[in-house]
Amino acid sequence: MSNFFDKSDLSRKDADKIVSDTLQNCDDGELYLEDTKSESILLDDNKIKSSSYSSDLGFGFRAITGEIVAYSHSNEISKDSLKKSSENLKSTLKSMKGTYNHDISRSNKKFYEDINPLEQKTLNSKLEVLNKVNEYLRKKDNSVKQVTTSFAGEQKSIEIIRSGGEVLTDVRPLIRFNVSVMLEKNGRKETGVYGIGGRQSYDEYLKNDNWKTVCEEAFRIASVNLESKPAPAGEMKVVLGPGWPAILIHEAIGHGLEGDFNRKKTSAFHDLMGQKVASEGVTIVDDGTIDNRRGSLTIDDEGTPTEKTVLIENGILKNFMQDRLNARLMNTKSTGSGRRENYRHVVLPRMRNTMMMSGNQTQEEMIKSVDKGIFAVSFGGGQVDITSGKFVFNCTEAYEINNGKIGSPIKGATLIGDGPSILKEVSMVGNDMMLDPGIGTCGKAGQGVPVGVAQPSILIDKMTVGGTKL
Amino acid sequence: MVKDQEYLRSKASYCLDLAKKLGATGSSVTVGHSISETVNFRNNTLDESNRSDGLAISIETYLGKKRSSISSSNLLDDNIKTLIEKCFETTKNTPEDEFNSLPDKELLAKEIKNLNLYDETHFDNEKKIEYLKELESVASSEEKIVNTESSFTVNKSNFILANSDGFCNGYKSSSFSASCVTVAKDENSMERDYEFTSKRHLSDIKSAKELGEKASEQTIRKLSPNKIGSEKISIIFDKRIAKGMLGAFAGAISSNAIARGTSFLKDKINEQIFSETINVIDKPDMNKGVGSQIFDSEGVKSDTLNLIQNGILKNYLVDTYNGKKLNLKSNGRCGGTTNLYFDNGKISFEDLLNTNSKHIYVTETIGHGSNLVTGDYSVGATGFLIENGEFKFPVNEITIAGNFKDMFKNITLANDLDFEYSVNSPTMMIEGMTVAGK
Repeated sequence: MSNFFDKSDLSRKDADKIVSDTLQNCDDGELYLEDTKSESILLDDNKIKSSSYSSDLGFGFRAITGEIVAYSHSNEISKDSLKKSSENLKSTLKSMKGTYNHDISRSNKKFYEDINPLEQKTLNSKLEVLNKVNEYLRKKDNSVKQVTTSFAGEQKSIEIIRSGGEVLTDVRPLIRFNVSVMLEKNGRKETGVYGIGGRQSYDEYLKNDNWKTVCEEAFRIASVNLESKPAPAGEMKVVLGPGWPAILIHEAIGHGLEGDFNRKKTSAFHDLMGQKVASEGVTIVDDGTIDNRRGSLTIDDEGTPTEKTVLIENGILKNFMQDRLNARLMNTKSTGSGRRENYRHVVLPRMRNTMMMSGNQTQEEMIKSVDKGIFAVSFGGGQVDITSGKFVFNCTEAYEINNGKIGSPIKGATLIGDGPSILKEVSMVGNDMMLDPGIGTCGKAGQGVPVGVAQPSILIDKMTVGGTKL
Repeated sequence: MVKDQEYLRSKASYCLDLAKKLGATGSSVTVGHSISETVNFRNNTLDESNRSDGLAISIETYLGKKRSSISSSNLLDDNIKTLIEKCFETTKNTPEDEFNSLPDKELLAKEIKNLNLYDETHFDNEKKIEYLKELESVASSEEKIVNTESSFTVNKSNFILANSDGFCNGYKSSSFSASCVTVAKDENSMERDYEFTSKRHLSDIKSAKELGEKASEQTIRKLSPNKIGSEKISIIFDKRIAKGMLGAFAGAISSNAIARGTSFLKDKINEQIFSETINVIDKPDMNKGVGSQIFDSEGVKSDTLNLIQNGILKNYLVDTYNGKKLNLKSNGRCGGTTNLYFDNGKISFEDLLNTNSKHIYVTETIGHGSNLVTGDYSVGATGFLIENGEFKFPVNEITIAGNFKDMFKNITLANDLDFEYSVNSPTMMIEGMTVAGK
């Protein structure tokens, strides 16, 4: 745990006093202190291309009254700097008067350990694994023309000081291991990418030569794509595989259920609470409490313990995801979804691990039922326009389906759909729910935060596939 | 006030001295300070104020051909000392790479031209509020506009880049930006659109009125969209989307992608990439240019590059490391392009709309559908159907797809280029792409 007052002329007592004094006429707010140590080691083109280390320390001071948020941050933790921020906040809110809400729930549950993954493995042993990955893949097949592999690790310590002196803390480990391979055959080049990660030590992910599994998967995806044909264009049936393809749920539904867009009525879902927004059998939750998952948090960045929030139950819209600000303005409770990329950013309601729960059909049944369509197994990124509800995502591994049988692999195509109606097009839900491998980063308002997704195989009756073949 | 050059220089030389003392054979350091103040409005009322004050330092140490780097936001001397020690320790344990090197001394920038990148005008929060009030009252005056969000940011920054070969330079820069996002609603749909302005000098930004009017107009015209059928059709890209083609092009000619062999433009120097009428220029020394720079992030002087001349690829974007790998000299593009643009085409915007009886006019794309290894392109799009030169109706939930290799050869540009951003394009038409809809 970081001691933020150790090397500063600012004592905890001073900080408490400035916080309480600044926030006395506000509805909410806090001082957020953050200390992040991170590293990244990259092997590329047969060489260790970079090895870097970063240490980032700073505070973000927030005051809220009514709907107005005043925020000031700095990487200088000192009496002067905090006082300057305090004046800045006071001047924004000078004509406002609020009543501070001291209520914040507490929990003793922790969803990861207080470890520093950076210190748990020496640089040399990390370099050794990266070199092994490179050799393994290059020996595997002479079509392998490029290998990129990397480790990224961080430990983020946070401390939240609320008016009245209440203190909440958390220490968050996060690691990621990634392999990307490019193959070249008969003049064609294709890449395959695979990665794993979460809130544990490197060794948890690398035991039993697990790095080989990651290499094999990246190689397999690239090999499939070498044989790919132009994708079809137009509306058709789409079967999504289990696991990572749940970023469809994240983009199509998840963002639209975040509290801020609904309070501001800019989400296509804002007036659909309690209504049917998905086919029967579709249940979607956003869960921050799964052990060691990339999207899990013991407390969110406002200090609220996270929870498992039911968003859609059996097709009916049940809850939005809330931070404290939007919850207060919408007369409800925070769901522990208040997150920020780091101390430089304001808190927004965000997703954690977004999951569609299993149904009782099999993937085989789904494929068999499709005359003409595609089977999408893996995706790159996605994006959504919250207001119109239109969302896209890019296939990185997909196949044609003809007369109930899986056909040739197809080139990366964008799928486009309409968020509020897509879940009504889900006609089968599989029994094979799977978590993603721990690689997702969600972007919103310029802030990236780690997230997870999960889903079973599903059949969507109608989606537009953006290929080139008419 | 942003920290002055003297403060930044003293931090930089502290780092270089320390690295030398520890035994580093070379080192480079960047120290920067930036202050930015933002005010956000929503539905005609103050929504958020945000002040950001950030120091940042990044250091690279060399031991022969070994290299590693660290970065931090904590500039206290004893923290920097610990970090440099850690950095050098890591350097010792990192394998050699024959291409690791500080930039060639003769390529370093010698003179610091004044490009007018800094405007010291203080535009306080009260003035920002005044601007946003006017902006939002204009933007929300149409009945169909149901939500407005707007923002004004002033950023001032200063930096020093120094290395153990004696380079030590930096300069101040500023930016003044305003944006407006509006949501419009009718009985069939809800749509969002935006407009923004960003300049080095306050006096050059668009007026509040112009910004508000544009955002509102661009949003309302998107209401009640239709989906169209799948077909091959000529596509016209609005300027704000057309410039994205240059972004993809710049990614594909970065020396990193070329050296790794992961670009569809590898080994294409002196080959016809675009049609003969196309010229692409990267000009770092534009007066007040949003993307202007005097030297790149390694200190290498950057000159104007004709990247595409009459359709032929003339240069990659080269930094020191990848340059050594490719046997090319750095052209001062570590960190990418500066002010990148397509030269004007020959025909007017109106004539472009009339080149075919039917077009899709694209105003927004979503998704990350550019594959720079294969050149494949597929993204979601919204826009308008144009028939006989006239805007007929808004279109959404479609995708557009093609391959850059073909798309680049089928570009026709209008003559309406202006220099709003760091990447700029005239309105662009590309023939032969596939639209997927119903």
